[in-house]
Amino acid sequence: MKRAFPIFAALTALLLAYAFYEAIWVAPMERTMGDVQRIFYYHVPSAWTAFLLFFVNLVASIIYLVRRNAKADAVAVVAAEVGVLFCTVVLVTGPIWARPVWGIWWTWDIRLTTTLVLWLIYVSYLVLRRFSESSQTPKLAAVLAVLGALDVPLVYFSIWFFRTQHPQPVIGGGGSIDPRMLHVLLINWLAFSCLAFLLCWVRYRLEWLERKVEEAQALESLLGDTVPSSQSAPVKLPPEKTQSSMGPQ
Amino acid sequence: MSSLSSITLATLTKDIRLEWRSKDAINSMLFFSLLVVVIFSFSFDPNAEESRQIVGGLIWVAFLFAAVVALNQTWARELRNQVLDAYRVSPAPANALFMAKVLGNFILVSLLESLMAPLFMIFYNLRALGPAWQLIPVAMLGTWALVVNGTFFAAMSLRTRSREIMLPLLLFPISIPAVQSMVEATRIILSGDGAARFWIVLLLTYDVVFTTACLALFETVLQAE
Amino acid sequence: MNSIKFLYAAYIATWLIHGLYVGSLVRRYRRLKRQMNDLGK
Repeated sequence: MKRAFPIFAALTALLLAYAFYEAIWVAPMERTMGDVQRIFYYHVPSAWTAFLLFFVNLVASIIYLVRRNAKADAVAVVAAEVGVLFCTVVLVTGPIWARPVWGIWWTWDIRLTTTLVLWLIYVSYLVLRRFSESSQTPKLAAVLAVLGALDVPLVYFSIWFFRTQHPQPVIGGGGSIDPRMLHVLLINWLAFSCLAFLLCWVRYRLEWLERKVEEAQALESLLGDTVPSSQSAPVKLPPEKTQSSMGPQ
Repeated sequence: MSSLSSITLATLTKDIRLEWRSKDAINSMLFFSLLVVVIFSFSFDPNAEESRQIVGGLIWVAFLFAAVVALNQTWARELRNQVLDAYRVSPAPANALFMAKVLGNFILVSLLESLMAPLFMIFYNLRALGPAWQLIPVAMLGTWALVVNGTFFAAMSLRTRSREIMLPLLLFPISIPAVQSMVEATRIILSGDGAARFWIVLLLTYDVVFTTACLALFETVLQAE
Repeated sequence: MNSIKFLYAAYIATWLIHGLYVGSLVRRYRRLKRQMNDLGK
């Protein structure tokens, strides 16, 4: 199991390189947009991955609220953080695509705006986790995740209606997609999902180890008060032991 | 059920009496939104038609920021002398307490709005071209939306490091659809182009969804210590 | 063609963001290692 991580990392890197090759050289040139359209192969897979991760966050939060399972909470925080990362990629590549195609950096289009609001909600989730210092942070964060998820359909409807009232630039697409393009898109999605999984894996290990260390530190300061000169075992953190008890390996 | 409403009522009267004696929250909110009105009218200097288009946004942003003042002190007051811990261990249902706080804030913010709205009308030369009575349900539903979530998030941010800042950070992202509905409904009613029905329905949905969710989850938040 | 610049910009931005995140993870790991060593003593 220890070897699984480097193998998977190498596979992901290969897949990403292959997906990059496909996106730049294999995928056919789009007729109206030209080469810029190739941003699509990074933009859309990142968006799908981000939404998937936010969904994972919601499920993990609900599991935490029901079962009070510390692992579910760790999964929730990891999914939210990596999800925000991918969402950031979406929000950065989106305007870079929009500028040459529509001539504007940003439009309050339904998908863009919903993604932005989603990003804001999950950033506030991460801020809450950062600022909250009690041991009850997981509970509060899980509650916020549920409320945030409830907000998404409402955001979607409000922007949908707002947009139908106001004129907007015509969004490309809507028609059928070239099967070769779809193929490249799916490969890129696979590659980025693997990258997301890899990042989550690393981040999960980090989260888990940090919690262990925090516990050990608390224990040490507790014991240090009563037995000041004790050099003995209880506060030791044997590295093999923590590694075996953690992680999705 | 009767005990639930009587506990709600008792807590509500206590809060109103406290506020009535000090008038801290209402005074600071009033002054704050007055400042917003003045600063906005300096920075935009709109004519009557422009006012109708933008004032929906201005008025609700002003009330949103002012409401945060009241919301922040909702629970902070109970932290002194461990009143909140007493609530926690008491057999009174958590939701009774929550509803009392929500109603208290609702009354406070509504009072602010009814005092400030005429001022907005005067400063911006407003006269509604649409059905003006619809502004009342919009205001009530909108205020409820802000206050229900605000009270909930204020309770959540109690345990955080800088809770005064934390509340808007949590409240504003979630409130985006509600704020948009209020602003759009107000704009449509004032300028008289189209019907505001969709936005009122959306606000109502928002209120129902979040009131239910907050009531279902408040127990968890209150017990989080 | 001018628009190719935007393509480069988008791809570079994507990897920059991921790179920064990985960098932050590495930093956090280092700090953790230090803390673990302190505890081990």
